[in-house]
Amino acid sequence: MVTENIRQNTYFILFRIAAFLSVVILLFVLLYVIKEGIGVININFLTSMWSHRDITQGGIFPAIIGTILLAIGVSIISIPLGICTAIYLNEYAKENMFTRTIKLAIRNLAGVPSIVYGIFGMAFFVLFLNLGGSLIAASLTLGCMTLPWIITASEEALKSVPYSFREGSYALGATKWETVRKNVLPHSFSGMITGSILGVSRAMGETAPIIMVGATFFMGYLPTSPFDKFMALPYHLFILATQHSSPSAGEYAMGTALVLIALIFILNLGIFILRYNLRKRKEW
Amino acid sequence: MQNPRKFREKIIERSFSSVSAISLLILISIFIFLFITGIKAFTQISLSDFFLGNVWNPTAYGEPTWGILSLIVGTLMIAIGSLIIAIPLGLASAIYLSEIARPEIREIVKPAIEMIAGVPSVVLGLIGIVFLSPLIANIFGLSNGLNALTSSIIVAIMILPTIISISEDVLTSLPKDFREASLALGATKWQMIKMTLLPAGLSGIVAAIMLGLGRAVGETMAVLMVAGNSIAMPASFFDPIRPMTANIAIEINEVVKGSLHYEALFAIGLVLFVMTFAVNLISDIIIERQVRKYKW
Amino acid sequence: MQEENAKIEFKCMNFWYNDKQILTDINIKIYPKRVTALIGPSGCGKTTMLRCINRMNDLIPISRISGKILYNNEDIYDKSVDVIDLRKKIGMVFQKPNPFPMSIFDNVAYGLRIQNRRDKNKVKQIVKESLEKADLWDEVKDRLNLSAFRLSGGQQQRLCIARALAIDPDIILLDEPCSALDPLATAKIELLLRKLKNERTIIIVTHNMHQAKRISDYTCYLLNGKVIEYSGTAEMFDNPKNKLTKEYINGEFG
Repeated sequence: MVTENIRQNTYFILFRIAAFLSVVILLFVLLYVIKEGIGVININFLTSMWSHRDITQGGIFPAIIGTILLAIGVSIISIPLGICTAIYLNEYAKENMFTRTIKLAIRNLAGVPSIVYGIFGMAFFVLFLNLGGSLIAASLTLGCMTLPWIITASEEALKSVPYSFREGSYALGATKWETVRKNVLPHSFSGMITGSILGVSRAMGETAPIIMVGATFFMGYLPTSPFDKFMALPYHLFILATQHSSPSAGEYAMGTALVLIALIFILNLGIFILRYNLRKRKEW
Repeated sequence: MQNPRKFREKIIERSFSSVSAISLLILISIFIFLFITGIKAFTQISLSDFFLGNVWNPTAYGEPTWGILSLIVGTLMIAIGSLIIAIPLGLASAIYLSEIARPEIREIVKPAIEMIAGVPSVVLGLIGIVFLSPLIANIFGLSNGLNALTSSIIVAIMILPTIISISEDVLTSLPKDFREASLALGATKWQMIKMTLLPAGLSGIVAAIMLGLGRAVGETMAVLMVAGNSIAMPASFFDPIRPMTANIAIEINEVVKGSLHYEALFAIGLVLFVMTFAVNLISDIIIERQVRKYKW
Repeated sequence: MQEENAKIEFKCMNFWYNDKQILTDINIKIYPKRVTALIGPSGCGKTTMLRCINRMNDLIPISRISGKILYNNEDIYDKSVDVIDLRKKIGMVFQKPNPFPMSIFDNVAYGLRIQNRRDKNKVKQIVKESLEKADLWDEVKDRLNLSAFRLSGGQQQRLCIARALAIDPDIILLDEPCSALDPLATAKIELLLRKLKNERTIIIVTHNMHQAKRISDYTCYLLNGKVIEYSGTAEMFDNPKNKLTKEYINGEFG
């Protein structure tokens, strides 16, 4: 069957090209940002305040701080809430139509566009609750956006613990909480935490929601209270790329992008290493 | 002693359920808030004007118009354009990873593709502005490259990891039995893939595509940066467009809070919410059915 | 043993998974248009041996083989052999029925379609004949478009046999085809096999000795990867030459 073999070989070569094209795209993106942005990276850029008049003199330190503060805020708000909800839904709630609907709804909220969360955050936290454009409003908004991700990731971690562990515990007369605490959580906790941190790292890169809840392009001081406005890397990068008039704006945008990617990458790498080490210790 | 133990259990369970209730309340209130604010717009704008009118001009001096048709068209063009690129590329890559690649190669390529998903959309938008749109402008002889075509390419890159990842999961989850039976009849590997695996995994792959569609519809930043932002009805992929997401992002900071314009933007947000939620929901249900069908 | 030309001949065949030797020094001839049964306790290598004949073991990367397996006097492991072509001449039925997620008709027609034989009338005719030979036609003739999964286990297995028959193979390999079926379904398939052997060579792996006794002409007893005894079925069961064979037949171990 020569023709069939030829046909197969042709298709398989095309498929191989397609797969590697995807990898090439990734490499291109990373290398391009590195190449274009590395020129502006220096200690000054990373550690000094933004200079409005001459951007080549200033740095993005406040944006870095802003992004980190946001990440911390989002983590505080949504990780405990998300993990506890996942524990309840997976371990305590009865298996019925109602629970299934809720789980389905949560999973699909994760697909709603970030801009929609943004206008919600603006309408609710900034205006209705009168928190104004601020770190706290932004953290709450991004927190709402990250909540479905965290609940879903934690649920997956809990589901991966075999039922037999729980059965063994109940058979010995343990209560539900004792079972969860001693037999389920130790094995799933790392999965839940890494899933959550991954969700937070995605939130760090989001721009649309924070545009309308307190992100600014230039502040002369670092935020000192949760009610302050703040600078953030993605928003900073966006303005530099689209609205800034300085001729070096493009280069600085790339530099900011590089810092943002590096931050996310470091966070992900940390999670990866953590997950690898924890997985090695698992016996099953 | 039974009672303190039982009491403590009850408290713990109550705490968990309260916390969950808070989460759920938050998530529900998002929808409710959107709904309340957005629906107010329809007290003054008729549904047909909104969905079928093709001029969006809320700040017009005389009579403001509220037709979002050109915005919807913008969103759809990006959705279709990005899918045209991402589906063949994504499916081919998924087949490669699942059926052809050696395990060592798979271990490297799969994480690499998932890393694309980690790149923030602003960064891809930046590359679009700085690299891709001048390139497109050059190739096609346009004055600038900020149009539906460039946006489609960037969004295609963003939804590629979703389509590849889920399609690949669907294919690898198909039972070994089909493959063995097919090969034992003298099929080549490609015949096995084309005539057995793809039909069997079809609904899962469709679901993966729908998830990609959902992301394409909801993408804001990257399109904001490269779509050209013109509210005129586009005539081709070389024209600038303004999808719904970008429109909200552009105008929201300038509206008077509480005005009709403000409410209209929320109405657009509501439309987006419903579109993406529905697409995700359908896709989810399809995947669940697909998985159940083959888990013997 | 008859002295006819062997359909398949194992010559000094050894088989390994990495370093673990599964089959040792297999030297037997399989005769045409007969049913040959491979019997032995679990893990003795009979399924591995079966799967070597249509080179399905090639799919397992750690497998290694030495020696020859001749099919019509040609070594099937020779580099010039196209394994896809080989498999078109040797049909296989698996332990657990594995119909494709398609209609009954499409299942049987599959083998024809991959050979690009698409003449609609011819395909219909072959599907009908195959289902008749597999004793399934009467039960499904009115619902050929229904999904194959709607059939019972026994019917699905007969469907798989029909599917294999459709490409008119020279040899049919069956790997414990009845182990997942109830006695009634099993009886139907055994009847079917007895009819089929008039046209083709049949090799069946079974861990049910009584089945071997019922339907096979020759029986090969394997233990720990070695052929202990190979002879005509009646002869082996009435008068086993090897002590180990005698022990197995008498049920002294399973």
